[in-house]
Amino acid sequence: MDALDVARWQFAITTVYHFLFVPVTIGMSAVVAYFHTQWVRTHRPEYYRLTKFFGKLFLINFALGLVTGIVQEFQFGMNWSDYSRFVGDIFGAPLAFEALLAFFLESTFLGLWIFGWGRVPERLHAASMWLVHLGTVLSAYFILAANSFMQNPVGFRFNPETGRAEMADFLAILTNKVQLVTFPHVIFSAYMVGGATVMGVALWLLRRERGTDDEPLYRRAVRVGGVVALVASLGVVGTGDVQGKIMTEVQPMKMAAAEALYDTTDGAPFSVLSIGSLDGSEATRVIEVPGLLSFLGTGDWEGRVEGIDDLRESEREMAQRVVDRYGADIAPYVQADSYAPVIPLAYWTFRLMMGFGFLTMALAAASLWATRGRRVPVSRWWTLVAVLAPLSPVLANSFGWIFTETGRQPWVVYGLMTTQTAVSPSVSVGEVWFSMVVYTLLYAALAVVEVKLFLTYVRKGAEEFVDPADHDTHDDAPLQFAY
Amino acid sequence: MDLQLVWFGLIGLLWAGYLVLEGFDFGVGALLPRLGRGTDAVDSEKRRRVMLTAIGPHWDGNEVWLLTAGGATFAAFPEWYATMFSAFYLPLLLVLVALIVRNMGLEYRHKRDDAQWRRRWDTAIIAGSVLAPFLIGVALTNVVRGLPIDADLEFTGSLFTLLNPLALLGGATVLALSLTHGAVFVALKTTGTIREDARRLATPLGLVTAGLAVVTLGWLGLLSGSVWSWSTTVVAAAALLGGLGANAVGREGWAFAGTAVTGAATVATYFLALHPDVMPTTSADGRSLTIANASSSPMTLEIMTWAAVVFTPVVLLYTGYTYYAFRKRLGTQHIPDAVAVK
Repeated sequence: MDALDVARWQFAITTVYHFLFVPVTIGMSAVVAYFHTQWVRTHRPEYYRLTKFFGKLFLINFALGLVTGIVQEFQFGMNWSDYSRFVGDIFGAPLAFEALLAFFLESTFLGLWIFGWGRVPERLHAASMWLVHLGTVLSAYFILAANSFMQNPVGFRFNPETGRAEMADFLAILTNKVQLVTFPHVIFSAYMVGGATVMGVALWLLRRERGTDDEPLYRRAVRVGGVVALVASLGVVGTGDVQGKIMTEVQPMKMAAAEALYDTTDGAPFSVLSIGSLDGSEATRVIEVPGLLSFLGTGDWEGRVEGIDDLRESEREMAQRVVDRYGADIAPYVQADSYAPVIPLAYWTFRLMMGFGFLTMALAAASLWATRGRRVPVSRWWTLVAVLAPLSPVLANSFGWIFTETGRQPWVVYGLMTTQTAVSPSVSVGEVWFSMVVYTLLYAALAVVEVKLFLTYVRKGAEEFVDPADHDTHDDAPLQFAY
Repeated sequence: MDLQLVWFGLIGLLWAGYLVLEGFDFGVGALLPRLGRGTDAVDSEKRRRVMLTAIGPHWDGNEVWLLTAGGATFAAFPEWYATMFSAFYLPLLLVLVALIVRNMGLEYRHKRDDAQWRRRWDTAIIAGSVLAPFLIGVALTNVVRGLPIDADLEFTGSLFTLLNPLALLGGATVLALSLTHGAVFVALKTTGTIREDARRLATPLGLVTAGLAVVTLGWLGLLSGSVWSWSTTVVAAAALLGGLGANAVGREGWAFAGTAVTGAATVATYFLALHPDVMPTTSADGRSLTIANASSSPMTLEIMTWAAVVFTPVVLLYTGYTYYAFRKRLGTQHIPDAVAVK
C-alpha cells in the first residue's frame, strides 16, 4: 500500500470510530436535558435520578467523542494537505465556525453542567444541558455543510491565479440542497440513537427491577427513549427518501452503485438481497421489488435510472467539461482511471444502513407496545431487544456514512478533485502507517475501557434519591460533585 | 483594513488564549505528583481531587482555543495550515495522543473508586500534561525559527530537523511557563496547606522559566526580532518577575495575572518575530510562506471577520461566567467521598 491507501484507511477508521460516539452525544444530550428540565419543573425524584443516571452514561460516551474529534480537525492538514490547499478557502470556514460557535458552547456549558450541582442556579443548570445540545447540533450543521460541499460543490469559483477553488457565495454553501436534507437526516438519526440507547438501557433495567419500587422509573425512561427513537426513525425515513432523489440528481453514480445497476433502466427494480459478484456479469437478485429503485431515485415507479456503464462515460465527460471551463491547470485534479466507486461496498452498506434503521424502528415500536399500561415484557427475547436497541441505530449511522463517503469515490470533492490528488505529498508511507497503528491501538484500548465502564454504570442502575435541597450549604461543606 | 494582517493577529490571540488558559490546566495536571502529595494516601488523594476539581469545569473549554486556532488557520491561511500540519506530522501525532490520554484521564479518573484505576489515569494525566505543552512549544518555535520548505511550499526536512536546540529550548520554556502558571493557579484557587505549597513552589519554577524564556526569546529576537518583538519580550519578563513578586507577598490574583501576561506576551513575541512570514524557509532555493501568499481569498477573510466580531464577545461572556460561577476556593474539606463503583 502507498501513503494514499494508508491515509484512506486511516481516515475511514478514525472517522467511523469518531462517529460511533457523535450521534449518542447529540441524541442523549437532548434526552438528559429533557429529564433535567422535568426535574426543575416538577421536583419529582424520579426525574432527578434519571437525569443523574443518564447524565453519567452520556458523559462516559462524550469523553471519547471529544478526543477523537480533535484528531479529525488535525487530520486534514496532516494527511490531506493538498486537499487543504486546494479547497481550504471554502472548507476551512465551516470548521472555524464550528469551533467558534459550537465547540466553545458545548465544552463550556458541559463544564457548567457537570460541576453545577448546587453551585449554579437550578434553571440555568438545566439550561446548560440544552446549550450543550445546541452546541452539538450547530457543530453537526457546520461539519455537514463542509461535507455537503464535498458531495455537491456549490458557491465556489476556480481561481487560475492561485490555482485553487475559492469561495464565491458562503450562503450558497450553507444552504446547499444536499446540506438541507442531509442535516435533518443526520440529526434525526442521532435522536434515533439517543432515544434507542436510553430505551435499551432502561428496558434491561426495567426487566431486572420488575416488581421493585424502581419499576415505574425505568418504565418512564423506556417510554421516553422509545417515543424519541420511533418518531426520529420516521424522520430518518422521510428525509432519507428526499435524500435519495437529490442524490440521484447530483450524484447519479452513487445511486446506480447502491443497486449495482450497470445498465440504464426504466422502472428499475430494487433488490433486497442478492448473491453473485456484483461486477455486472451475472449478479443474481434473490428478492427483488420491481420499480422500487426508480421510485427511490425519481419518485416515479417507471422513472429512468442511469446505469454504471453509461455513468462512467458521463463522469469522464463531466471531468472534461471542468477542464474546458477552468483550463488545463485543473486537469490533474479531475482525472481518474475509473469513475466508479467500489460497487459491492456501496451495494451492501446501503442495505445495511436501511436494514438497521428499520430494525431500530421496529425495536422501538415493539418496546413501546410491550410496556403499554403497566406491562413489563417478560420473555427472555427482550434482553436481546435491550442490547440491540443501542447498537442497531449506531450501525445504521456507520453504514450510512461508509456508503456516502465511499460511494463518492474516486472523488474527494465531487467533480472537482479526486482523492488521489488530495493526499499530503511530504508525508511518507511509514509515517502514515505509524500514525494509523498508534490510533488503532489507542482507540481499541479506549473502546474496551469505555464499554466496560458504561456497562458497569448500567448494571449499577440509578442511584437512590438524595434531595439536593437537604445538602449542607455552609462554607466548608463538601461539594455535591467533585472529580 | 488589511484583513490578512487582522487574521494573523487573531490567530496570535487564539494561541495566546490557548497558552494562557490551557497553560494553567496543563500545569495543574503536571504538578499532580508534587502538589498532590499529602501526609498520607488519603490526604494525597484528596489533594489531587482538589486540584483536578479546580480545573474541572474549565479545561475542556480551554482546549477549544487550540481547536479554534487550528480551524482559524485552516480557514484564513490554508497554505499555512497545510504546510504546518504535514510538516509537524509526528510531533502533532504525539500531541494528539497526549491530549487524548490526558482528557480521558480527567474524565474517567473519578468514575471508579479503585486505587489502581486512579493511579493509571494519574499517569495519563501527568504524562499528557507534560508532553503536550512541550511539543506545542517545539512546534511553535520551529515555525518562527524557520524550516526547510521548498518552492512548492512543502516541508522537505525530517523529524530530526524539528528537534533542533532552539526548538527544544522553546518546548522547555512553554512547559516551564505552564508549570509556573499552574502552580500560581492552584495557589489562587485553593485553601489550606495545598495553597501554601503551591505558592512556595511557584517561585523556583518561575525563576527557571525566566531563565529559559530569556534565552529562547532572546535567541528568536536575534534571529528575526524587531523593536516590537523586543518590547513584548521585555513585557513578558517584567510580568513574570512582577507575578513572582506578587506571589511571594501572597497576592495570588496579581501573581496569576502576571503569569498570564507572561504567556500572552511570549506568544506576542513569537508572532511579532514571525511577521510578515507565517513559516519562513531555511532553504536557499525555497520559498517562505508569508501572510500574503498563504492566506485565503478576501471574501473568506471578510466572512470570518464578521463571525469573529459577532461571536467572540459572546464566547468571552459565557466563558467569563463559568470562572465567576466557580470562583470559590477549594480545600480538602470540600471533597465528597468517592463514588462507590467497583
